[in-house]
Amino acid sequence: MSAAGQAVLSAPAVEPRRSAAGLWSDAFYRLRRDRTSIVALAVLALIVLLALGADALATSFFHESFTHQDLLESYDPPSLAKPSLWLGTDEIGRSQIVRLLYGARVSLAVGAGAGLIDLTVGIAIGLSSGYFRGWWDDLMQFLISTLNSIPALFLLLFISVLFSPGPVTIVAVIGFLTWSGIALYVRGQTFSLREREFVTAARVVGADDLRVMVRHILPNVLPLVIVLAAIDVGQAILIESALSYLGLGIDPPTPSWGNMLQNATQDLTLGPWLVWGPGLAISVTVLCLYLAGDGIRDALDPRLRGTE
Amino acid sequence: MALLEVKDLHTNFFTRDGVVKAVDGVSFELNAGETLGLVGESGCGKSVTALSLMRLIPQPPGKITQGQIVFDGTDVLQMDEDEVRGIRGNNIAMIFQDPMTSLNPVLTISRQISEALELHLKMDRSEARKRTTELLDLVGIPSAKKRLDDYPHQFSGGMRQRVMIAMALSCNPKLILADEPTTALDVTIQAQILDLLKNLAQEFRTAFILITHDLGVVAGMTQRIHVMYAGRIVEKADTGELFADPKMPYTWGLLRSIPRLDERRKERLVPIEGLPPDLIAPPPGCKFEPRCQYRRDICREKEPDLVAVPGAKPDHLARCHGTQAGGWLVDTDWRREIGDTRVLEEIKQEVASVPAEAAKTTTADLPPELTQKEGI
Repeated sequence: MSAAGQAVLSAPAVEPRRSAAGLWSDAFYRLRRDRTSIVALAVLALIVLLALGADALATSFFHESFTHQDLLESYDPPSLAKPSLWLGTDEIGRSQIVRLLYGARVSLAVGAGAGLIDLTVGIAIGLSSGYFRGWWDDLMQFLISTLNSIPALFLLLFISVLFSPGPVTIVAVIGFLTWSGIALYVRGQTFSLREREFVTAARVVGADDLRVMVRHILPNVLPLVIVLAAIDVGQAILIESALSYLGLGIDPPTPSWGNMLQNATQDLTLGPWLVWGPGLAISVTVLCLYLAGDGIRDALDPRLRGTE
Repeated sequence: MALLEVKDLHTNFFTRDGVVKAVDGVSFELNAGETLGLVGESGCGKSVTALSLMRLIPQPPGKITQGQIVFDGTDVLQMDEDEVRGIRGNNIAMIFQDPMTSLNPVLTISRQISEALELHLKMDRSEARKRTTELLDLVGIPSAKKRLDDYPHQFSGGMRQRVMIAMALSCNPKLILADEPTTALDVTIQAQILDLLKNLAQEFRTAFILITHDLGVVAGMTQRIHVMYAGRIVEKADTGELFADPKMPYTWGLLRSIPRLDERRKERLVPIEGLPPDLIAPPPGCKFEPRCQYRRDICREKEPDLVAVPGAKPDHLARCHGTQAGGWLVDTDWRREIGDTRVLEEIKQEVASVPAEAAKTTTADLPPELTQKEGI
C-alpha cells in the first residue's frame, strides 16, 4: 500500500461530535477559529467601550471636557506632552482626542439606531411581501423601486432640509433610506422558502401565518440578514459623516466623526493632523463591521454547519 | 358514524392554460382506526386529495370548488381559518414524502416536534420536551434524550422520517395522512418505516390514509384500497378483495406492472401504455379509455359510474362499463390477462397478516396514555 493510502487510513483522528450543539453555540465555536473576525470584533468592542467610557476617560485621564476651548492653544500639533494633546487641538483649542471619543458616541449611536430601524422595517416588509405576495407585495415593490431610483444623497439633502437636523432625525432618515436592501433580500428568500415542504409541514401542524413567518422562515434568512445589517450600520456611519460633512448632520458643538472631519478639511493647511483622527476612526469602524459581519455570516450558515 | 366522510370533492387549479381538475368528484368514508390506501400513478390527484382534507391547497391557484369534508361530524370546508388550524396537527396530522425537505434545517428537532404540543395542548417548554423524548423513543430513535437538540442534518433519511412520524403522532391525532411516506427511502428503510407505521396504527388505533403508487406498500398496511385515476376514484374494495378479484382494467394494469426480483422469464415489465390524460381537457367518456386495451365505443361516449360489480362483495365498486352488469369484461379471467400471478400470491399472504378488526374502535378502549389529551 502506498504512503498516501497509509496516511488516509491513519488520518481519521475524528473529533468527537459536539453533542447538543445549538445554532448559536455552534456558530460561536466556529467564529472563534476565524482570526480576522475575532480581531474585527475586538476592535469594535474596544471602540464601543471607549465611547461608553468617554465621560470617565475625559475627566480622569485627559482632564479636559469636549467643549473646553482655549484660543491660546489653537492648532497645537500632536504631542506627547500631555494626553489631551495626543491628537493635537483644533481651531479653538479643543482637545481633538477627547472630541473623537465623544464623537464615537454619536456616530455609533447613529449607526446602531439606523441599523435597528433598517433591520426591523426591512425584515417586516420583506417577510410579509414575500409571504403574502399579491397587492401588498406589488405596493412594496413599487415603493422600493421608487425609493431606489431617486439618488440617495439628493433624497437625504431634501429630507434634511425639511426636518431640522438632529440625532433622532438623522437616525430616522438613514434608517428609512437603507431598509430596502434587506427587504429585497428577505423577500426573495421568502419567495423560495415558502414553497418548501417544511413550511407546509409547519402549516399541517397548525401554525398560523405569523408563526410560519417568524419561527420557520425567518431563522433561515437571519444569518445573511445579519451581515447585511452590519454592512448597513457601516453605511449609516458613512452617511452620517457625509451629511455632517455637508453641514446637514449633527450640529456643532456636539461632535460627531462626520462634523469633525468637515471641520478639519476647512483648515487643512493650518492643522492637517485634525483629519487623521475622525478619518481613521470612520474607516476602521466600517471596515471592522464589514469583516465581522462576513465572519458571522460564515459561522451561522446552516450549509456549513457540521464542517470545520 | 364515520370519522371522515368526503362527499363529491372537487379541487381545481386555475392556471393560464385552463382549469386543471385535479380532484374531480371524489367521495369516500373512513371509520375511526381504519387504514385506507389511496393508490394511483403520479398526477392522479392523491396528494391534492390529502391536502384538500386539511384545506392546505395553495390558493391561488388552487381552490376547492365543491363538496363536503365531514370530519368528526363537522364540515371542514365550512370552518373558519382558526377552526381549521385547531384541527391541523391536533386531529389530523400528515407525514410527507421527502423527509429531507420536510424538516426545517435550522430548527432543532425537539422544537419542531414540540410545536404542535405547544400550539394545541398548551404545554410549556419542559413538558413538551418530556413528551418529545417519549415520542422519539416510541418511533425508535436510539438515545432519544441526547438527540433532542440535534438538527435535521445530523439524522439519516430513515431517522428523519421517524422524526416526521413522531411529529404526526405528537397530539394523538384521530387521522394521519401519509403521503408516500416511504417513496424517498431505500428499500430496507422502507420496510422498517412501514412496520413502524403498521405497529403504531394498531397500537394507537389511529386512522390512516396511506397514499402511494406502490400496491406492494398498501397490501400489507391497509384494510381497504381506493384506486384513483385522473382525479377520480375508479375502484374501491377491501384490500383482500382487490387483490383476489380486481375489476377495473386500470387496476389490472397496475398489478401487471409490479416488478419482480425472481425474474425467470425473458419477458419485460409490462407498463400501461400511454400517458395519464390531460386534466384540463380530459376525455369525454371514461378517463382511462384512451389507454384501455378492452375499450369499446361506449367508453368514449359515456363516462361510467362508480357502481357495485356483479358477482363481487357489495362494497366492491368499479367505474367501468365492461364490468358492470351485462358488460363484456364480467367473465374475463383477469389472472390470464395479467399473466404471472405469483407476486400477487405473495402480496395476498401479506394482506392476510393485517388484522381486519381494527376498524371498529372507539376512544373508550384506548390505553390510558392515549386519552391524556382530554385530561390536559
